[in-house]
Amino acid sequence: MKKFGGPALFLDRSDINTDEIIPAKYLTEITKEDLKPYLLEDLKLPGFDPKSEKTYGAGAVVTRANFGCGSSREHAPWVFEVNGINVVIAQSFARIFRQNMFNCGMAAIELSPEKIDQLFTYAGAADAAIEVDVANTTLTIKGGGREESMQFEISPFDKALVLAGGWVDYADSKY
Amino acid sequence: MGMTTAQKIFAAHLVDEPFAGTKVLGIDVVMCHEITTPIAIADLMARGKDRVFDKTKIKAVIDHVTPSKDSKTATQAKMLRDWARRHDIKDFFDIGANGVCHALFPEKGFIRPGNTVIMGDSHTCTHGAFGAFAAGVGTTDLEVGILKGVCAFREPKTIRINLNGTLPKGVYAKDAILRVIGELTVNGATDRVIEFGGPIVDGMTMESRMTLCNMAIEAGGTSGICAPDRVTVDYLWPFISDSFASKEAAVAEYSKWASDADAEYDKVIDLDLSNLTPLCTFGYKPDQVKSIDEMAGQPVDQVYLGSCTNGRLEDLRVAAQILKGKKIAPTVRGILSPATPQIYKDAVAEGLIQIFMDAGFCVTNPTCGACLGMSNGVLAEGEVCASTTNRNFMGRMGKGGMVHLLSPATAAASAIEGKLADPRKYL
Repeated sequence: MKKFGGPALFLDRSDINTDEIIPAKYLTEITKEDLKPYLLEDLKLPGFDPKSEKTYGAGAVVTRANFGCGSSREHAPWVFEVNGINVVIAQSFARIFRQNMFNCGMAAIELSPEKIDQLFTYAGAADAAIEVDVANTTLTIKGGGREESMQFEISPFDKALVLAGGWVDYADSKY
Repeated sequence: MGMTTAQKIFAAHLVDEPFAGTKVLGIDVVMCHEITTPIAIADLMARGKDRVFDKTKIKAVIDHVTPSKDSKTATQAKMLRDWARRHDIKDFFDIGANGVCHALFPEKGFIRPGNTVIMGDSHTCTHGAFGAFAAGVGTTDLEVGILKGVCAFREPKTIRINLNGTLPKGVYAKDAILRVIGELTVNGATDRVIEFGGPIVDGMTMESRMTLCNMAIEAGGTSGICAPDRVTVDYLWPFISDSFASKEAAVAEYSKWASDADAEYDKVIDLDLSNLTPLCTFGYKPDQVKSIDEMAGQPVDQVYLGSCTNGRLEDLRVAAQILKGKKIAPTVRGILSPATPQIYKDAVAEGLIQIFMDAGFCVTNPTCGACLGMSNGVLAEGEVCASTTNRNFMGRMGKGGMVHLLSPATAAASAIEGKLADPRKYL
């Protein structure tokens, strides 16, 4: 079973859009790998440095509402994928970004504002890390000597896509 | 219980329901451009599945960066071009015939009431203006669409927006949709279809309805939708006249896709726009909207008129009416990009291009270019653009640049004054 998660990157703002995740000028790249150096390049947040080790070492993103709004560009999930981030946890997602994540066999997990707040209490811990068990729909966060687990919900279809490794494989075997 | 347009289209296109709440639909029109399609093509080739489900249902255009600006964009264009030729896709539009996808494909009559439409482009929601379900998707959904002709959706609920009253002078579809997005907020319609109706929509041209539906995504909406009617049939008539004995017969047939009177909506919002003023965005989100009265006087470096939102002939006419006999401010760069070759030709024939050029505008070929900061009008750090496009995200038209979204009329008035300006005094 593929491992989901890793060191947590906290992005404390709602409505982070796809232009901030991967600016349009890089959409001229024609392989996913070529997107690697541009992760979150145009995102401006207090204390956030797109070029830092923290950003490039992350395995999971925790953020607020309406993450991934704007463009349909799958380059947004891809720039996460090629940098080893295969989980984004948010209060809510824009539809196309959310579907793109599952279509690539990655996890876009929605949690209540309260649970997101709870995850953000780990933001100050340098060693904060998240592990996600998609099959059992549980996630565990560790950091600063603390640890807790919580349940999440994803639709059976999205779960099937993650377990199948994405929509192309799923659809190709079925339709 | 009656059904909404979206529910009717879902029911008519259902291929599979692999899980409760997930509907796999057959797709009538799969549209492709050179930015999001090449990686799908490359993946299909790598899988040994370089096939298309139905070449007549695939439409392709090079529009985002055209003519190509460098080797990378030339490669993207070539990949799409070679693929279209390899699969004998007749509806492929290249240099000389290409234009902004969401203006070009409707103009060619590709979208019909009741259709399902996908494209690897978020503004695909535009085509809902024809009474279609049209959704922007990512490259993987596009790839499956190309290969299998299907796409999976959570069946969206529908928000009904009634635009009541009449639009005052100087106020247009763009102002109406900015008002709606201000009401809904940037995620108020996520996983929802936005159905536009009411007397103002009934009286709108197809171009204006496309402007409305184009920005449904800016409120998070999956598709915009307008009920098909006589206006729809008049627009489509050159393409459908062989199929119907009369326009009345076409209206009768297509009307079956309109929402039933007792359809169940997620929400119904009534907006009386009789006192609406021209609007303008002020921040970095499309729901940050103010009256032009509050924004007038703020300097701009560039005025951009074009895009899938407002690059159509009626947009050019309104702006030209204001610019006729005037010069744009010397501090402003005016850029006009007619959205398709046909619009460009019509604008030449009507003398509109002459007016723009005499006023000091640069007229570019049809392309998406500047709207997303890729070519033909990219902003420098700290610059401000008054733009008829659809997104004002920070850096959208160029790193460190700011965008104010507004109507073609407000753009024209702002070009004359070199600062955000109320168009009503010029009308």
